Amino acid sequence: MKQSNLMAKIARAPYILWACIFIIVPLLIVVYYAFTDSNGAFTLANLGELTQYKETFALSLWYSLLATLITLLVSYPFAFFMSRKGPMAQRMMVLLIMLPMWMNLLIRTYSWMNILERNGIINNLLAFLGIEPLTMIGTGGAVILGMIYNYLPYMILPIYTVMSKIDPFLLEAAEDLGANGWAKLRRVILPLSKPGVISGIAMVFVPSISTFYISQKLGGGKIMLIGDVIERQIQTAYNYNLGAAISLILMILVLLSMAVVNRWAGKDEEGGVIF
Amino acid sequence: MEEKKNIIDMQNLSVVFEDGEQVLRNFNLSIRDGEFVTLLGQSGCGKTTTLRVIAGFIEPSAGDILFDGKKINGVPPHQRPVNTIFQRYALFPHYNVFENIAFGLRLRKVPEAEVRQCVGEMLKFVNLEGFEKRDITKLSGGQQQRVAIARAVINKPKVLLLDEPLAALDLKLRKDMQNELKNIQKQLGITFIYVTHDQEEALSMSDTVVVMHEGTVQQIGTPVDIYNEPQNAFVADFIGESNILDGHMRRDFLAHFAGKDFVCLDKGFAPNEEVDVVIRPEDVDIVPAEQGMLTGLVTGVTFRGVHFEIIVDIEGFKWMIQSTDYSPEGNRVGLHIEPDAIHVMKKSKYSGLYGDFSSYSDEIDQLSELTEEEE
Repeated sequence: MKQSNLMAKIARAPYILWACIFIIVPLLIVVYYAFTDSNGAFTLANLGELTQYKETFALSLWYSLLATLITLLVSYPFAFFMSRKGPMAQRMMVLLIMLPMWMNLLIRTYSWMNILERNGIINNLLAFLGIEPLTMIGTGGAVILGMIYNYLPYMILPIYTVMSKIDPFLLEAAEDLGANGWAKLRRVILPLSKPGVISGIAMVFVPSISTFYISQKLGGGKIMLIGDVIERQIQTAYNYNLGAAISLILMILVLLSMAVVNRWAGKDEEGGVIF
Repeated sequence: MEEKKNIIDMQNLSVVFEDGEQVLRNFNLSIRDGEFVTLLGQSGCGKTTTLRVIAGFIEPSAGDILFDGKKINGVPPHQRPVNTIFQRYALFPHYNVFENIAFGLRLRKVPEAEVRQCVGEMLKFVNLEGFEKRDITKLSGGQQQRVAIARAVINKPKVLLLDEPLAALDLKLRKDMQNELKNIQKQLGITFIYVTHDQEEALSMSDTVVVMHEGTVQQIGTPVDIYNEPQNAFVADFIGESNILDGHMRRDFLAHFAGKDFVCLDKGFAPNEEVDVVIRPEDVDIVPAEQGMLTGLVTGVTFRGVHFEIIVDIEGFKWMIQSTDYSPEGNRVGLHIEPDAIHVMKKSKYSGLYGDFSSYSDEIDQLSELTEEEE
């Protein structure tokens, strides 16, 4: 017994080491920078400066919430539909969903620029039909669309995984006991697929709220999200301290949001991969 | 006995699956109100499909299904006054015992106080008082079974459909639950339609047994009728053990088989009509060779607890005889057959498929393989 405990500890060691080097230490560095000035002296000034980014925080939060919500509304019925198909069709659909993920995020976003631009594919098509061109690039809508497009698979797959595990007999049992379509959804499918929904929300919301690339390219320089601010502080202004402070607050914001989601889900849920 | 009205009529039902497999062929069955009916057959005979047609999960490709005289083809499952006990119970893992049982009441928006009272009564009914808050996954098979029964019965269905509900339980528990289900049916007075491949279960629980094979009804009758008066060689072989011999009727009350004439109680056959003759192993007496109507050599003896199973070779046909007296292998013995032990059946497409016990040990192997597959 003792022996195997020791073995287990040895087996775990590389992962703990890995986690320390690549997760804990970077986090500590972020915290260190956030509370120091450029000379390394302790200060709260960085946090004080954050007030000027209130609107940016709010906008980021709003866009990412909207993107997450729309992604969820699109993914949920699709995942259900998928999970009730035959094994061949399921594999095919998973493949189709994964396919865009094999392409680089940059290329995918550039493609959307091509589609939405003033002289892009859509406007060309509209011109051909004799319709005035639309301004799409540089709008909030384009940024949200970019988020939805890029992160959709991260919502569909966890929901689909959970749903495909729901025993079809449970749905029959519900129907047998008098549940119509809506009641089946509300009393059986929804509660049983919650863990997948939570994973999906986390996997879409977190990258959405911290993105900078999508907002830069599809926002046409007019829309600045919190990720852009961090990027600019570190890449352009070389103000690591302010960048770290914003990152820290963003992290806290994300943790709070996920805590809210987890609370909604109840504590005894399995598969919520957030904490 | 008063004649009860039919609660379910199935008329010329056919079910063809998407892959072209025909599961039910021209299936006709009427079920009387308050009956305990068992659909009995091997896997793939269409018994579960029949149940699912009644529940509404499968639409028949042709034919009508009537409930209380009204056609219910196309009525969705949630609007049918029947409830199902599923083979693996299909309890909701996200609800506790109380909420599982209350499921149907919640759907009908029954007031909370009434829900509490009904569920309480139900828990008492299935002997699960104090289990309200239990997690479904932490219950034993038997307890889950009771929850499944309570969850269905609380809705006061007119017909309860049971799809091999005891298949997942061990033998001892299965016997207990058989009695319990029978009692529940008597207390509630509602119609039970029970699906099983276990003939013993069917014989001991049912008012009426429906023997099914290849999507058609082979025989409908009381357990005693099914056992004593099988209609064809398939039923005779499937229910219990049978010696099935080729023969013909000399005239009424006189059958000819195994090279001899035997007095029997059967009539209504054409003179010299070819028939199948069924003799149950327990109905044959072993007597000294010189007193026997037939004589043969004992080729095998197996001790079964209550009796011995003795295989007797008579001119190449191996008879099985169940007797409490031991006859050693190699002995010449005589067989004595009373007229009421002989059951004569018309020839059917199953004639010749089942017969003697020459491959008896092989048959046992096949049987055990079958049960393994099902588990």
